[in-house]
Amino acid sequence: MPTHEPAAADGAAVDLGGAPPERLRGLYRDMAVARALDGEAVALQRQGVFPAYVSLHGQEAAQVGSAAALDRELDFAFPTYREMAVALTMGVDMVGYMASHRALWHGGLYDPMASRFGPVNAVVGGPVPHAVGWALGERLRGGRGCAIAYFGDGASSEGDIHEAMNFAGVFGAPVVFFCQNNQWALSVPNEAQVAGGSIAARATGYGMPGATVDGNDAVAVHRAVSGALERARSGGGPSLIEALTYRIGPHSTSDDPGRYRGPEEERYWRGRDPIARLRAALEEAGHADSAFFDETDALARERAARIRDGVSAAPAPDGAEMFTRVYREPTEALRRQQRAWHEEAELS
Amino acid sequence: MTELATAGEHTGSPTAELSMQQAINRALERVLEEDRSTLVFGEDVGRLGGVFRVTDGLQRRFGEKRVFDTPLAESGIIGLAVGLAMNGWRPIPELQFDGFAYPAVDQIVNQMARMHYRTRGAAPMPITLRLPSFGGIQAPEHHGESLESLFAHVPGLKVAAPSNPADAYRLLVQSVRADDPVVYMEPKARYWERRPVELTESTDPIGVSRVVRPGRHATLVAWGAMVHRCLQVAELAAEDGVDLEVLDLRWLKPIDADGLAESVARTRRAVVVHEAPLTAGLGAEVSSLIQEHAFRDLAAPVQRVTGFDVPYPAGPLEPQYLPTIDRILMAVQRTLEF
Repeated sequence: MPTHEPAAADGAAVDLGGAPPERLRGLYRDMAVARALDGEAVALQRQGVFPAYVSLHGQEAAQVGSAAALDRELDFAFPTYREMAVALTMGVDMVGYMASHRALWHGGLYDPMASRFGPVNAVVGGPVPHAVGWALGERLRGGRGCAIAYFGDGASSEGDIHEAMNFAGVFGAPVVFFCQNNQWALSVPNEAQVAGGSIAARATGYGMPGATVDGNDAVAVHRAVSGALERARSGGGPSLIEALTYRIGPHSTSDDPGRYRGPEEERYWRGRDPIARLRAALEEAGHADSAFFDETDALARERAARIRDGVSAAPAPDGAEMFTRVYREPTEALRRQQRAWHEEAELS
Repeated sequence: MTELATAGEHTGSPTAELSMQQAINRALERVLEEDRSTLVFGEDVGRLGGVFRVTDGLQRRFGEKRVFDTPLAESGIIGLAVGLAMNGWRPIPELQFDGFAYPAVDQIVNQMARMHYRTRGAAPMPITLRLPSFGGIQAPEHHGESLESLFAHVPGLKVAAPSNPADAYRLLVQSVRADDPVVYMEPKARYWERRPVELTESTDPIGVSRVVRPGRHATLVAWGAMVHRCLQVAELAAEDGVDLEVLDLRWLKPIDADGLAESVARTRRAVVVHEAPLTAGLGAEVSSLIQEHAFRDLAAPVQRVTGFDVPYPAGPLEPQYLPTIDRILMAVQRTLEF
């Protein structure tokens, strides 16, 4: 008898619901690239190129499905640190993004403002109020953009999440709170992390609709997030979506899930693999054939390898950046320290 | 800066007799008027006009979109400011009392102070965090604290602490226009002091201190409400023929190391006075800067007169906790007799 009964995605066949085949193939393609790149990243950690890595294996549908619903010209995503597939779907420079996992620069080496995908942030509740601020700012200027805040079931215990949701509810801010409930907050299961059993159920108290969605069904996620964005864009205010999914791997490359969960649970979720499920639905609907999948999977591997090589070869930033990025108008004390550092660097 | 030459118009006379609380109100009025991207928000800043009435009338004048009340949640307020700044706004959040900045420390330190660095300069963070600060009003617990060394220690932040209405006006305008986050610490004990204020902008760059009283025998270094106390000390000392210089640091990050050195070069002696506890207080930094930059000029070790290493005590004990005139005079005597 497992000690932990995970909140399950329903695992039913993916209902394509008349979505355009090109969009569906796009979802599949981004999920395949994310899966391949995730595998390369784990390998890079094993090779010692990355000091650590946080795998999203199993969460591709939640991430790609939600990100594909965003308007890349209008909206802004606030990630924490496991949203690689969101970055990928939004067209972020992936070498720059993966540089954060190589620890070349804390927030990554891409431009978050230009790509509308916020910097990687390890304080898991921290960026959620930023999404509300961004969304409020958008509404104050009369813009049409929405913010989406990504966070996990563990982060949902953080005070900032509650403050942010309450602010958004009070202000009616155009923001989508998107929780990827992957069942485990590092080693702590849902029932020991989330009182009340559901994160979505909290939405009522913040004056917004909350819904759970099968997070391993990219089409269902896309539909749910599209609806929430439409609501926000038309002045309907914030929403909370809880995507029920599963992290197949460890929390990070530094932990061992064998110490806190059983293999039968992982098998159960492997049986609900989001990529296999979308593939089956596409085949069933006749939207794609095996040639498409072979070709796409090969392209995914190739692209992942290119990003892997890019991030492996990326040079460390110039040490001067350490000083020049702290302020727009540096202090004299910092200038003095930079001069001293520079003189030392020249001597050594 | 030239476009601001006419900014005094709405305030009527360029010089007015104002309390510090009114001067800050005028500064907020000015920046709200001259830059449509500025937003004032926090707990009770709108309809009430702030618990100290610093934001009085601003919502009526600029509307609920630019001056608004938030729910009671300090971390949320600063997080909101960070997101607004990322969307091109110039937020001026208020945290109602200094002790309540602690619940927001993650957003201040991990987010507001670092976002520019984290994004390699892509995300602007022109936030001015207004923080009614320091003790001296015998307020309940958490309503009087001295957090300056905490914030001055954090890379990415700048910290201002005006001591009089005129500087309160100038430093706030300067902080809001600055493109980096500033923690602007208002000495609440001095909110009601009325002085003539020239409603003009600062000609000093950020980080420049000011000698508010020149003297020959020793320099008293202070900021916030302690500047006033040091001026009282200087007047008393003058009766005994001791001529004290009083240096108002004004900026606690960056600290004016050159200004400190120049003053000490004249007086050869320094006493640092602050409200915060002694250990690892900003007085240690000031003292160290003086020794690094003016060691040869020093005739005596730098003295510190500070709060004690205890929490800000309850009202009846606060007058004993804060540096008293006698304690400062004794420190002056120690340095003169060294």
